Amino acid sequence: MEKLINEFSIGLFFWQIILFVLLLLLLRKFAWKPILRAVSEREEGIKDALAAAENAKKEMQNVSADNERLLQEARAEREAMIKEAREIKEKMVADAKAQAQEEGDKIIKQAQLSIEGEKKAAIADIKNQVATLSVEIAEKVLQDQLQNKDKQLKLVDQLVEEIKLR
Amino acid sequence: MRSTFVNNFLVVVFIFCSGPVLFAKEASGEPKGPEGTKAEIKEYIEHHLQDSHDFSLASYTDDQGNMVYWGFPLPVILWDNGLKVFSSSKLHHGETVAEVDGNFYALYHSKIYKTDAEGTILYDAEDHPTNTKPLDLSITKNVVMMMVTGLLLLWIFSSMARKYKKSGGVPTGVAKFFEPIVLYIRDDIAIPNIGEKKYGRYMPFLLTVFFFIWFLNMFGLTPLGVNVTGNIAVTTALALIVFLMTNFTGTKDYWKHIFDPLGDGMPWYGKMIIYIILVPIEVLGIFIKPFALLIRLYANMTAGHVVLMSLIGLIFIFKSWVGGPLSFGLSFAISLIEVLVALLQAYIFTMLSALYFGFAAEEHDHDHDHEEPVLEHL
Repeated sequence: MEKLINEFSIGLFFWQIILFVLLLLLLRKFAWKPILRAVSEREEGIKDALAAAENAKKEMQNVSADNERLLQEARAEREAMIKEAREIKEKMVADAKAQAQEEGDKIIKQAQLSIEGEKKAAIADIKNQVATLSVEIAEKVLQDQLQNKDKQLKLVDQLVEEIKLR
Repeated sequence: MRSTFVNNFLVVVFIFCSGPVLFAKEASGEPKGPEGTKAEIKEYIEHHLQDSHDFSLASYTDDQGNMVYWGFPLPVILWDNGLKVFSSSKLHHGETVAEVDGNFYALYHSKIYKTDAEGTILYDAEDHPTNTKPLDLSITKNVVMMMVTGLLLLWIFSSMARKYKKSGGVPTGVAKFFEPIVLYIRDDIAIPNIGEKKYGRYMPFLLTVFFFIWFLNMFGLTPLGVNVTGNIAVTTALALIVFLMTNFTGTKDYWKHIFDPLGDGMPWYGKMIIYIILVPIEVLGIFIKPFALLIRLYANMTAGHVVLMSLIGLIFIFKSWVGGPLSFGLSFAISLIEVLVALLQAYIFTMLSALYFGFAAEEHDHDHDHEEPVLEHL
């Protein structure tokens, strides 16, 4: 112990205190503070980045779920649209068919009516012509035949015989 | 990659381990015993452990029998009725008397004494010099080493800080090596011992003291032959700073723990009897803690140097083909262990400082002391 005290150098002690405190202050200002700040900033950065990545992952999951839902909705909508279109088409075809039928029926009826009319007119015409011709023939025959009385009578008889009313 | 690392490691180990072998040739200004004897080696070791007033790397005796020194002198600063500054070359390694302003000074066992013109040193009955010792504030070898270490630390770590700024927080170059150590001190020494809330203000001290001690310990293993951390004045200064920091940052709880350790757990008349013993012990503890710090570092580093140099000294005593290599091998092995001890002692000093700061900074969360277990959670 005495040797230790004898060895103790006040000068060295003095310089050690001064140099160490100076070193401590300088290192604190120029080294430790910037280093520790840089390190902790980096650690914060890493933490933030990890959190952000986690968030992004969650968001991605949300987005893909949304996508799935939208897709399904779209699919359902498409099917509904196709179904509707098919119904409309069928209805249109049916309507068109019905209308055509109706139109046709109407045309046929008109045609029949007009044929009937034409026929009646033709028959009436023919009847008129036949009547005219008959009258002319009868006139000529009568003129020819009725030059004598016998013949007139005979003819009348004959004609009467011949005429058959229809 | 791995093999270059191993190679570099071996080179570093070799440099550090060759140190003791080289400084076996170090200068000694002391009167010598006969060459190559135990007495000479003992003196030599004692001299090595002490500080010196000049920076000598090697010395030898030339053909004329004069000592030749390799090294350079350092300034001597004395306070002896006024400031006296002169170069240590005037002392000639203790061989001559230096005359400054009409006063005479001489070196004896690495200490400067005031003498007469012939450099007579008077001794008392126990062979201690009775000459007056002026207040010696010289820039000695150890002070130079501390300055060198300080500048080295400043250079390394301020450039490391600048690199962080430049690279945006990515460790490059030397930071790759030192960042894990800095982080280790923060995450495994400071935070567990001091606590998340208050560790920040102690960090600069812990980092500085760790690297300062570690670097000086390592310098002690180089051929420079310095023994800074094995000097009691240096460790005392460090421990004093720890002591002051602990007690000046002590919280109310820290002082309460010393002067009223039982708290409200006992009535005052019960405390009276126990505190007569307990409080002095606690108060003593304030001083014993840093004292243990200074003795531990001093004793470990000094012991390491003594063991190493003794083993090297054995080479010169044996002077045989068996003993030489044997003690060389032994000293090599001890050198390897000393490299580890250099780091370990720096770690222990830092760790215990952090522990003491932790005591000083502690703040009991008083609500927790009386917390009843919640039945629902059991």
